[in-house]
Amino acid sequence: MLNKALTDLLTKMADDELILGHRNSEWTGLGPVMEEDIAFSSMAQDKIGHAWALYNIMEEKQLIGQSADMFAFCRAEKDFKCSHLVELPNAGYDFSLMRHFLFDHAEAIRYESLQDSSFEPLQHLSKKVKGELKYHTLHANAWVMQLGKGGEESYDRMQTALNEIIGLAAGIFEPSKDYEDILIAEKVYPGEKELYTRWLESIYPVLVKSSLNLPDMAGLTPGYGGRQGKHTAYLAPLLKEMGEVFNLDVDANW
Amino acid sequence: MYGGGYIFDEPNNKQLREEKVHDEPEKLAAFEERIARGEKIEPGDWMPTEYRRQLIRLIEQHAHSEIIGALPEGTWITRAPGFKRKLALIAKVQDEIGHGQLLYNAAETLGKTREEMINDLLSGKSKYSNVFNYPAKTWADVTVIGFLIDAAAIVNQVANSKGSYGPYCRALERICYEESFHLKQGQDAFIELATGTPDQKAMLQDALNRWWKPIMHFFGPPDKASLHSEKLMEWKVKMASNDDMRNQFLDTYVPKIWELDMTLPDPALHKNEETGRWEYSDPDWDEFFRVINGGGPCNQERLQVRKWAEEHGRWVRKALMQPTEKHAMPVA
Repeated sequence: MLNKALTDLLTKMADDELILGHRNSEWTGLGPVMEEDIAFSSMAQDKIGHAWALYNIMEEKQLIGQSADMFAFCRAEKDFKCSHLVELPNAGYDFSLMRHFLFDHAEAIRYESLQDSSFEPLQHLSKKVKGELKYHTLHANAWVMQLGKGGEESYDRMQTALNEIIGLAAGIFEPSKDYEDILIAEKVYPGEKELYTRWLESIYPVLVKSSLNLPDMAGLTPGYGGRQGKHTAYLAPLLKEMGEVFNLDVDANW
Repeated sequence: MYGGGYIFDEPNNKQLREEKVHDEPEKLAAFEERIARGEKIEPGDWMPTEYRRQLIRLIEQHAHSEIIGALPEGTWITRAPGFKRKLALIAKVQDEIGHGQLLYNAAETLGKTREEMINDLLSGKSKYSNVFNYPAKTWADVTVIGFLIDAAAIVNQVANSKGSYGPYCRALERICYEESFHLKQGQDAFIELATGTPDQKAMLQDALNRWWKPIMHFFGPPDKASLHSEKLMEWKVKMASNDDMRNQFLDTYVPKIWELDMTLPDPALHKNEETGRWEYSDPDWDEFFRVINGGGPCNQERLQVRKWAEEHGRWVRKALMQPTEKHAMPVA
């Protein structure tokens, strides 16, 4: 049972990072300033790298019966456990930046909590990625603050983006009913509800400094479903694109 | 990548204009002596007007080639097969954008702003390497670009890094260091296909056949048709002739391609052992000029993508210029 619960946790974490990494990488060559192209590319590499590391842990611990490449590039859409937030197309830089801010704070908090995890591979990985995530959140904070106070149009765009995706971002913390209790009991991680509370505490002061208003979270419908394999219409085409070359011949070396 | 050997100039500017600009003869002589002694020219130093103009043109076109060159490969990041290739390709394309940034900075030291350069790119006034006006149709194209076009660019960039303008040379030294990794990842992916399944090999052969002509065009027209005077060589703006660089490239890389049992679509291609020079069929220079003047398969698309980025990013740049709301948040 614990293994199933671990697989569920690692899969949703890795899938979130793989899919958001994919989306971030789409900014390569298209950013509003060259420096942001480079930043989004860099963060995309980190995210995809984290996903790879998580899939590798599952492969090594025999939680999945296939290679990380096969698991990532050949799985059916319904078997993905990413949140709806990461699936959406990039839209504009306002949307992408706000998603980056909300997701990366959530990610940083999750890995921070895993530094004391009873599951050693996660403990090691979280110590390794801590240094990277520090820069991701610094980057997100600096830009959200700059653009929140960057004049009327910029403020308006950032507040609109926040209003539109805060509910989807809350979906990151969708409870995993069947598995969460055992993970908490075994001290693998503190559970989604606890992480959600810590996340709100983390984003709120930055939003205040950016003159942005956090919508009333109690009145929101969180974007749940992704953790159960129910996805937006955007995931299937993304996966098809991602596996396009790999699936020409899954046995070949590429 | 990606600086090609060819420096495009406006048709009405084809002659060096030194005779029209009256640089002081004593200063010019002292400048040329410094270059002859192997000294680097730095931004605050006196330099002939024409030297400045040619360098801006050269570095600017090189910078444009980096950011436009990121596009054909960039479209394959989301489709790269497997984690290893995906991560390598993102890192590689990211480097290219970084090279663009370094080069725009180097060109800015000569007095033209990044905005002016980007505007000239979008208006079509300023060019970029012709090779990026061709499409990357399959994954094999990415391996051909990463291996052979990066290799060609290194030949050119290593030569230029020995040039006379300090900021450009220093940017190129760093660029060449990163390019050598790009070449390795390109070669590795190329070899994987060349030694792979029959379908992979066929895919690679098809890509090689389509890219050979643009690769032959990469270093620019033959020396006998080259419009640039010896002055650029004397000033160490241009460091090697188009034909010499092309020959150096062919000499190193054609044997590597043939070793892998791949063919090149030019039956006349061979090395003349007596002269030590490679000989080849006319690679259709008319097409080269047609493409550089906007008639290539992807000229429109490449500029449209850049225009999209410029237009959609305008509000961000405007917000960054907001003078009253300044944050003093330390980055690290």
